[in-house]
Amino acid sequence: MNMDIALRPAPVAATTAAPLLEVEDLAVRYVSGGTARRVVDGVSFSVAPGEVLALVGESGSGKTTTAQAVLGLLPPNGRIERGAIRLDGTDISRWPERRLAALRGARISLIPQDPTTSLNPVRTIGAQIAEIFEIHGERDRGRIRARVLELLRRVGLEPAEMRARQYPHQLSGGMRQRVLIAIAVALRPGLIVADEPTSALDVTVQRRILDLIDELRREEGTSVLLVTHDLGVAIDRADRVVVLRNGTVQEAGPVRQVLAAPRSAYARQLLRDAPSLATPRVRPPLPEAAGIALRVEGLTHAYPVTGEPGRVFRAVDGVEFEVRAGTTHALVGESGCGKTTTARCIAGFLRPTAGRVLVGETDVARLSGEALRQFRRQVQLVFQNPFASLDPRQTIAAIVEEPLRNFDPIPRAERERQVRSIIERVGLPDSVLGRPPAALSGGQRQRVAIARALVLRPRILVLDEAVSALDVTAQARILELLDELQRDLGLTYVFVSHDLAVVRLIADTVSVLRNGRVVEAGAAERVFHAPESDYARELIAAIPGNTQGARMVAA
Amino acid sequence: MSGANATAGFAPPRTLVLPPVGLLLAWTVIALVLSWAVVPGLFAWHDPLQGVAGEQLLPPSLEHPLGTDGLGRDMLARVVYGARESLLGALLAVGVGLTLGTALGLLAGARGGIADAAVMRLVDTLLAIPSLLLSLSVIILLGFGSINAAIAVGFVSVAHFARLSRAEVLRVRRTEYVEAAFGSGGRFLAVLWRHVLPNALTSVLALAALQFGSAILALSTLGFLGYGAPPPTPEWGLLIAEGRDFLATAWWLSCAPGVVVLLVVLSAERISRSLGARRT
Repeated sequence: MNMDIALRPAPVAATTAAPLLEVEDLAVRYVSGGTARRVVDGVSFSVAPGEVLALVGESGSGKTTTAQAVLGLLPPNGRIERGAIRLDGTDISRWPERRLAALRGARISLIPQDPTTSLNPVRTIGAQIAEIFEIHGERDRGRIRARVLELLRRVGLEPAEMRARQYPHQLSGGMRQRVLIAIAVALRPGLIVADEPTSALDVTVQRRILDLIDELRREEGTSVLLVTHDLGVAIDRADRVVVLRNGTVQEAGPVRQVLAAPRSAYARQLLRDAPSLATPRVRPPLPEAAGIALRVEGLTHAYPVTGEPGRVFRAVDGVEFEVRAGTTHALVGESGCGKTTTARCIAGFLRPTAGRVLVGETDVARLSGEALRQFRRQVQLVFQNPFASLDPRQTIAAIVEEPLRNFDPIPRAERERQVRSIIERVGLPDSVLGRPPAALSGGQRQRVAIARALVLRPRILVLDEAVSALDVTAQARILELLDELQRDLGLTYVFVSHDLAVVRLIADTVSVLRNGRVVEAGAAERVFHAPESDYARELIAAIPGNTQGARMVAA
Repeated sequence: MSGANATAGFAPPRTLVLPPVGLLLAWTVIALVLSWAVVPGLFAWHDPLQGVAGEQLLPPSLEHPLGTDGLGRDMLARVVYGARESLLGALLAVGVGLTLGTALGLLAGARGGIADAAVMRLVDTLLAIPSLLLSLSVIILLGFGSINAAIAVGFVSVAHFARLSRAEVLRVRRTEYVEAAFGSGGRFLAVLWRHVLPNALTSVLALAALQFGSAILALSTLGFLGYGAPPPTPEWGLLIAEGRDFLATAWWLSCAPGVVVLLVVLSAERISRSLGARRT
């Protein structure tokens, strides 16, 4: 894996100046219900002025806890057990809340994870940005207003006067994240902690937001502690990377070194699993002889616009594609492009306004009542969020068994045999059968959801963002499983995703959707290497870690 | 997050987890009252109905821990034997409210449309009438007696149960697992029974515990007003009413059953809160 990778030149300051932030042997534990759990154990790293350090790890790795400890914002049941957090040489880890409050916003600031819930819905954007100046002692109304408008322009929210008067619900997710960034940089802090700043956003928006953070950092010389689960983002944006797992540091070093020669097994695995860095597996050529399993013709779904009688909004507008039996067709696009609506029409959850969805000879769009119920044996949907799609009160065995009970009566022993065999098929141990979903990890739950979908032996599986809620590692394992199941059972997949990197790993053919229309379609490899539409090109360019990934493929 | 505890060292913390004392007390009170209802003979050694001539209005003593009433009946015995009447009445009332209310709420929430509108307007009407007036009207329709009083009290709580269970059913119906259940070929009633009802029931049960307390209170009120169990049945509300005439000279006659009602209601509320907190 040794190749020359062109990265951004590391800031000179990084090696010479005294570190701005130094975390030494940090250990944090949470106490809940009488038991203590150490979630961060002996983590050390430092951030030089002007440097971007990425904390990378899957959920539960302790990366967010570490960031919260730095900010002094641990939840009430969290305690720093040992270690030091030095800001400019002063240990702040045992400072009382009042002193920390004066520090936050002025010296260290936070860009929170979810822009949709991090702004106060009943106050204007301007008032919320002004608040940080008021908290830190500015009294002159005119000066505050001038600074607020300047900040809004700075983060690209124009026209600033209008934006300042708007409320959060009038802005998109990306614009809200810009507001939060404006608040974070308002007092020119030395360090910005960005906790998964873009994981709730579309790839193209994600790219613009990360560009903005990068630009502000360069202009002000601010350091950034970037917390992310996405190795691609870390590689694109950071100077150095710290890989965490189970609260301990697995690997630390300059991006170039970690990428080219990872020392720990875990970092190697993360690199292998990251979809944007993985080499696309060579899929077997499309079986030409195979028939068409699914044909979508002129699919349109329109909603009446509330408040404007007579006007309709077309969520899906004349979508057409066909899928050969035993292959995977991906629907790709950003949120609001109509991909989920299309998937739900195919799975029979939504009746389209116009158009046909042909599975064999059956038009799904015309089915209702008992006919639709019987049709569900052929097409099954796997939901995005395995934490919401499993009934918390059922056991795994009951969840997987349920579809069998809905159709022809099968003796109990036979049902149990089928449940056991399908659970084994999706790679879960027998011991999960008696447990509730809450006892399983996200990846295991998604396996259960897949088992439930497969127990009826459907011909088509519609996967609606089925791996988007999972860690890269769990994601990679689920993709492998899907691949294996497709080969063994001859399944046809409709794979809905916003993540092009994932799509490239699993799809044979792709439809790129925008505003309810197909803007580009074709074989997956062709669309990725020679996109014809500007939009597809933009999407591909926005894949984090893409430049490096492309090089690896080429090498 | 910092502070003195941060230096506690690395040994597993030996924090003594205090059991929630209030909750334990609440369960103790309920358990005690329940055992009064089941085996009153263990707790009282006098007859609750037979007065002893010449022993009227005695103050509390070892022989009569709560004194005697105007007819010479042991007050402790009457309170203890009264538990059965009051608890059974409250259980019946909650049962009526829970079944009727949940059924209505389930129908409204799951069916929607006209059924929803009709049920909810009915519930609004029930809520608009003062609850005491409503239960008195029901008693007048059904006739006097402890069972009818319990039904009347339960009828009043139907509205509350219907509202809560409808809201919960609506919440559960929107979840992905319910959609997934329909997606795997589930019929409407099967999905309702397997997924919607069990998941909606947790907070409804918490409300039931709360209503148990209110039901005892309401039954006592009806008993006090003379619409509940007829004398000489020992019933807590009736006991309070009977003691009223001697309030100046023998205050304990009204106070003892009053305190028991108070404790049971508070305990039911505390238990209801713990049930409510457990739901996720």
